[in-house]
Order: sequence, then structure tokens, then C-alpha cells
Amino acid sequence: MSGSARYLLSRAGQAALVLWAAFTAGYVLLQLLPGDAILIKFQNPELGLSPEQIAEIRSYYGTDGPGAYLHTLLGFLRGDFGYSIDTGTPVAERLAEGLPATAKLAGAAFALAVLIAVAVAFASCHTRLSRLRGALQAVPSLFVSVPAFWLGIVLIQVFSFRLRLVPVIGGSELQQLLLPVLTLAVPISAPIAQILARSLDQVRTQPFVPVVAAKGASPGWILWRHVARNALPPTLTVAGLTFGELIAGSVVTETVFGRNGVGRLTEQAVNAQDTPVLLAVVVLAATVFVLVNLVVDLLYPVLDPRLRRAVA
Amino acid sequence: MSLLEVHDLTVSYTRRGRWGRPHARPAVHGVSFAVEPGEVVAVVGESGSGKTTTAQAVIGLLPPNGRLDGGRILLGGTDIAGWSQRRLQAVRGAQIGLVPQDPANSLNPVKPVGVQIGEALRIHRRGDRRTITRRVVELLERVGLPDPEVRARQYPHELSGGMRQRVLIAIAVALAPRLIIADEPTSALDVTVQKRILDLIDDLRAESGTAVLLVTHDLGVAADRSDRMVVMKDGRIEERGATRAVLGAPQAAYTARLLRDAPALRAPRFLSTEVTEAVEAVEAVEVPEAAGAARAAAATGATGPTGPTGTGAVCEPPEPAVVVHDLVKEYRAGGRPFRAVDGVSFEVPRGTTHALVGESGSGKTTTARMVMRLAEPTSGSVAIGGAETAGLRGARLRALRRDVQLVYQNPYGSLDPRQSIADIVEEPLRNFGLGDRPARRERVRELLDRVALPAAVLGRRARELSGGQRQRVAIARALAPGPRVVVLDEAVSALDVSVQAQILDLLGELQRDLGLTYLFISHDLAVVRQISHTVSVMSKGRIVETGTTRQLFENPGHAYTRALLAAVPGTAHRPAGQDGTAHRLPAREGAARRLAGQEAGR
Repeated sequence: MSGSARYLLSRAGQAALVLWAAFTAGYVLLQLLPGDAILIKFQNPELGLSPEQIAEIRSYYGTDGPGAYLHTLLGFLRGDFGYSIDTGTPVAERLAEGLPATAKLAGAAFALAVLIAVAVAFASCHTRLSRLRGALQAVPSLFVSVPAFWLGIVLIQVFSFRLRLVPVIGGSELQQLLLPVLTLAVPISAPIAQILARSLDQVRTQPFVPVVAAKGASPGWILWRHVARNALPPTLTVAGLTFGELIAGSVVTETVFGRNGVGRLTEQAVNAQDTPVLLAVVVLAATVFVLVNLVVDLLYPVLDPRLRRAVA
Repeated sequence: MSLLEVHDLTVSYTRRGRWGRPHARPAVHGVSFAVEPGEVVAVVGESGSGKTTTAQAVIGLLPPNGRLDGGRILLGGTDIAGWSQRRLQAVRGAQIGLVPQDPANSLNPVKPVGVQIGEALRIHRRGDRRTITRRVVELLERVGLPDPEVRARQYPHELSGGMRQRVLIAIAVALAPRLIIADEPTSALDVTVQKRILDLIDDLRAESGTAVLLVTHDLGVAADRSDRMVVMKDGRIEERGATRAVLGAPQAAYTARLLRDAPALRAPRFLSTEVTEAVEAVEAVEVPEAAGAARAAAATGATGPTGPTGTGAVCEPPEPAVVVHDLVKEYRAGGRPFRAVDGVSFEVPRGTTHALVGESGSGKTTTARMVMRLAEPTSGSVAIGGAETAGLRGARLRALRRDVQLVYQNPYGSLDPRQSIADIVEEPLRNFGLGDRPARRERVRELLDRVALPAAVLGRRARELSGGQRQRVAIARALAPGPRVVVLDEAVSALDVSVQAQILDLLGELQRDLGLTYLFISHDLAVVRQISHTVSVMSKGRIVETGTTRQLFENPGHAYTRALLAAVPGTAHRPAGQDGTAHRLPAREGAARRLAGQEAGR
């Protein structure tokens, strides 16, 4: 027990290290950007501010000086992300506003992506017709090459303007979610489907499969009870990695569909070079990514008993 | 009525040829045989003979590109050849059980073994959860696993190879089928485990009157365990009949050749007398200059006699070629030290073969690796040609590498698939900088000739060669730098018997001609008997017995050696073991009678 507790602790430690590295890299990169939010906001000659006054504002926001990095880091550790330079409101408040909408979008998109992936992979694995099989195997590569912004625009064109199935403005929450979720889910489902289909094919060639068949099992029984479980671990890894894409994709999707969320917030913050907001978004994305992959790692020994010994 | 009758079975495999056009290649042509209730019929053949395809066709589990082209498969009088997969599902498991070849990978790694045994019962809806659980424990107990309740909850990786094969047998017999197809059931197991597993199958057969279709490449196994046998070659039946008749007076030339080549069935013929000849010949030639010249000539490809010529000069008894003293290899696994090799000592006289025999995990390969200095010993010493190898570095270590070469077990994995055969054989010459390019090319041709390969293979890749040809290439490569010692790590274990016999003959010839010293690592006592002059038997990292091959085989001193010898398949067929065959017969008759009783009771 102490062995697995130690394992858990070390994994959590690694996760914390990754988060710190993400924070630092984000901080340094944002500092390196030419110009900053304060210049963008206060440089306008009509405001009539002298360079000295701008420097004063800068020190007020704490974006300058040698102690700034440590100050910001400690702030993040306390849950204080500072103030948005663009709007003057606390960053935490702005994040909290956008988070529920984005969580709903990303969560639904991920669920749909998994559904599409499983359907495509199992269909291509189950079918005996070689032509259909080939077509299904080509689906992931097609999906992955579809750009999210283009897909979003096409979906709006077809479903909202032509078919008038989904209103562009207004409509129920579900209707509002439908197209963005689809836009986000399609490219994400591709790598999951690809890896799942490949692992299913690979597991099916293993010698234990004919042994199960020799017990009198049907193809469905073999696929669902034996092959699927063995094909899961690599798929899970890829699914965890797609969370990075999910976050990046939500920026584009929310912009295209005009939804207020973290993605939209990111887009605005980039335009305004609103460093504190951007840094908070980077750290938030990194946290989600690290946590999801930590969970994936911890699931591995649950799925594959051969890994349990190494853990304990 | 026969339990299983196969008539005129024809199977082909479809391959996609050039331009993706499928073309069918027949694998089994017009095969017919029958299996009576309660008997064991062995299907014997070398790789590619179609024996496994035949077995797969019977149970309806041909690979996806395999197709049943014709013939009838009568199971209890019903032709199941044309049945759909759905109908066959009711037959599989319930009427025909399968014991597969490779216990390591034949169980689902993510499910407990108890669940996998119970699955056979669940699929055919035999009882509720509680009865299935009880039946699983009974089955595990029946196949001889201690603590069946504990075992049922364990995963395959927690069991040894022999235990996994017992689990697979439990799956095959779970529904008491009338026929069990055992496809090379023990080829991947150690010889003592093999014997116990085959005994178990025999017991189960005798107990329940189940018939067994035993697919095997091992004539010894077929000789010991079958009533009748079918000998296959290139998808056709060469010969069939009662096992004793086939083995006693083979009708087909192919069967006779197989019998001649099967090491276990050969009449014992020991090399002990030849030891002295070989040693004398080598002693005679080991006048330093002469030997040096011969080796140099061999290495650079100069013409002229390279073998021992016997100058008649009498010298002092030479140093043994290999001296191993108190060798220890310790691994640390989770803080606890584990001795893989524990105080091993032996000597190999020049020009002779010393065999290290043992089962998997006995430490024989680790010992060989330390002899070659591919692994560092924890303690102890190795001397090659009188020179200690410990602490050798740089140029002197390279000189040792030239002196000691390796031929590895797997001829498929040990040759670079991208290099041509000429490049593969030349590589050691290039590495050691022996001769210029034309001289090296000449030497490569000479080496290939030496191992009886035609010059036509020079430009080919390894995948274009058969297993035996590949192993010849590996031997040629090992000989290239002119070594004195060759370590043969299970060098013939992966080969078919007829190819094995050819390679063993080649190795013997090379030894006599070049005065080579062999360290022969093997699990196969029958092969060891044929090729080695002296033997060390290893168990759990220690040598339990050392002696000349004759001593060891005719008068084994250690209980473990005796157990190993008794487990060699084919012993029941040899004259000494014939009463063994005889005393098995009543059991079989008993089974037949019990079966007859069952039939009458219905």
C-alpha cells in the first residue's frame, strides 16, 4: 500500500513540476513580447500621459521590476491571478465568467468525439466488406485534415442559413451548443479513432483471440469482451493528449460562433496583449491537461493488471 | 462410426499479388484421415506441411485469408464443412476443444484465468454464476494446479508457462468435448514440463474417453503419445497408419528420412571416441607458428589447406580452450539479490563440444554471455585459450571478440533484413580490418561454400532464405574472423528436424576441419547427445552434474539429470522404453470400455 501511495505522491509531484514549468515558460514568453498592454492602453497621445507616468502605472500593476516573477507566482499559488489590464477587473472574475460555457462546450465535444471515434473504429473493425472497411479507415485522416474554423462556417451555412434547422441567434441552449460541439468534436475524434482502430486490429491478431473463438464465442463477444479492453490503454493515452487540442480548438470555435467563454476571452486578451489574463489562461490550460493525463496514467494499472506490480 | 472423419480436405490461402490481384495458394490438398473415439491421432510434419491448417479447418478457425475449397469434415457423422460460423459456434468448445501452441500469449492478459475458464461455460450457458465458479475451481484442481481458488483469481502473467498451459487445458476440457485438438501443445515448454503436460492430456483422455488430434513437429512426442499418425509434407499426406507400424517400418521415403533425422529416435551414438581423435588432431597442429599461419590464411582468404593437417609433432597436453572457474552472476531485483549463475565451473578441451543443458531459467545463457564477456561476471573467472578475459579492454577485448564468436538461436532475428548476405558475412571482416576488399569478397565466397550455400545467395536478403539457409549464413558470419571458440546458443532449436540434422552435420564437419571448440547451449537433450563430447547439466544457476556425454546419458548420477532424460519424448518408442508403450495400452482399452459403457447407458 505504501508503495502505491509513494507512486501516487511522485506522480503528483511530477504534475506540480510540469505546472510550474508551464507557468514559467508562459511568463517568460509573455515578457518577451514587444510592447505590452499598458502601452496599448495608455500610449494614446490624447490621454497626454508622460513616459514617467506610464512607468508609474506599470509599477502599480506590478508588471515590472525584479520581484515581479516571484510576486506573480506567489499570487497564482494563493489563487490570485492579478487584474486584467484591459478592463481593470480581477482576472479570476473574468475566468469564472467564461469557464462554465467553455467547460460545457469542451466536455460535450469530447464526449461526442469519443462516440464518433468508437463508432468509426468498431465499424471498420467489424465489417467484412473490404471496400467499406477501406472507406471507414480513411475517415480519421479526413477528419483530422478539416480545419475547425472552416467546418464551423460550413455548418452555420448549411444548418442555419440553408436548412434553417438551428437559429443563428437565440434558440435553446442545446441548439446553441449543437454546431460548436460538432465543429470541435470532429477533428478531435480523428486521432482517437485512428489509434483505437489500429489497436483493435493489432489485438485481434494475438494468439489468445482464436482460443476465445474456440470456446464458441461469437465475433461480437470476442470484440467487446476481449479485444476492446486490450485496445483501450493506447487509446486512452491519445484521448488524454487531445485535451490540448480541445483547449486550442475552443478558442477558434467560440470566436466563429460568437460564444462567450474562455476561448473568446483568450482571443480578446491576445488582441489587447493582456498579459495577466493570458498567463492565467496558459496555467489553466496546463492544469487541465496535466490533471487529465495524470488520471490517464493512474488508470493504466486498473486496465492492465500486468502494470500493477510495477506500481506496487 | 468414427468420431471425426476428414475426407479430401482442400484449403487455400489468398494472397494479394502484384497489382493487388488476389491469388489463391493451396496449403492442404486432398487430406483424409479419421479419429476414433478415445484415440490419439498425431498429425506430424515440418513447418509448411499444412498440419496446423488442417487442424484449424477442422475447428473452423482458419485465418481470415484461408478458405476451405473442398472436402468433408464429418463430426459424429455430420458434415460440418459447409456450416456457417454461427452454427460452428455451438460446436466449438462444446464438442471440440482446442489446446493452443503458445501458452505465453494464448490467454487474455487483462482477465483472471478463472474468468477465462468460466467463459467457456458461460458462452454455452452451462449453469449460473455459482455453479460456474465451483466448476472452475474443480477444473483447476483437475488439471493439477495447487490452491485452485487462489489461481482462479490470478492473471496469466502471474503463472508460469506450464501453469498457463494447464489453464488452457482446463478451458479445452471444461465442457467435456468429444475431441480435443492439441496444436503443438508443448513446443514452447521445458522438457520436464512438457512431459507432465502430455501426461495430463493422456490422463484426461483416458478418464473421459476424449479423442485427441495431436499436431506436432516432434516425432518423439508423436511416437510416445499417439495410437495412429498422419505424416504430412507440402499439404499432402505422405503416410498414415498405426504409430508403431509407421515408425517401425515406414513406407514413405519422407517418413524414413524424418525418422533418421529425429535426434530423439536415433540410435544412441556418442562422440566420446572421436574426442580423442579430434583433440589429437588439434594438438598435432597446435604448433604455434603452424596454427597462426593456418588462422591467418583462413582469415584473409588465402588458398591452401586451412584445416589441421596432422604434422605428427607431439606436444605437451595443451591448455583447454575454455576454462570457467566459479562463475557467479548476481542480479538485484527489488533489493533482494538473485543469483542467476551460482558458482559454475567447467573446462572445454580444444576441438571438442561442451554442452550446457538446462531448462529455462537455469542460467545457461547467462553463463554463455559471461564466457563471451557480453555480460560481466559478479565473481569468478573465464579463460579463453589460457588468457583471462576479465578486465580486457580496447584492442585486447577486440582480439577476444575475434576469437570467440556467437551463433544465436533465432535465424530470423539475428540477420539484418536490409543487408545482402554478402554484406552480412563480410561485416566481421570489415570490422576487424581483415584483408582488402577483393580478399574479403573472396573469403566470403569461400565461407559460403564452406557452409554449403550456393554463390547465388550472395546478393539476396535474409528474408529470401529458408530458416536452415539463414542459420548457415549465421554460421558463416561467425566463422569469418577465424574464431577458435564458437558459442552456439540454441542454434538449432528453431529448425525443423531434417534441417536441424543437416546443420548439426555441418557443425560437426566444421569442427573436425577447423579444430573449432564449441560451447553448445541447449534445452534439447537429444540434440546434445548427438553433437557434444562433454555435458554440464544446469539447474537453478548451478551445475548439478558434469561428464562425458556417454557417462551422463548411460549412467546419470544426479536425480535431476535422470528426470530430464526420462522426460525426453521418444523414449517410449526406443527398445528400452517399449514396455512403457505396452503398459499404457490397458489404460486406453479401459477408456474405450468406459466409453462403450457410456454409450450403452444412453
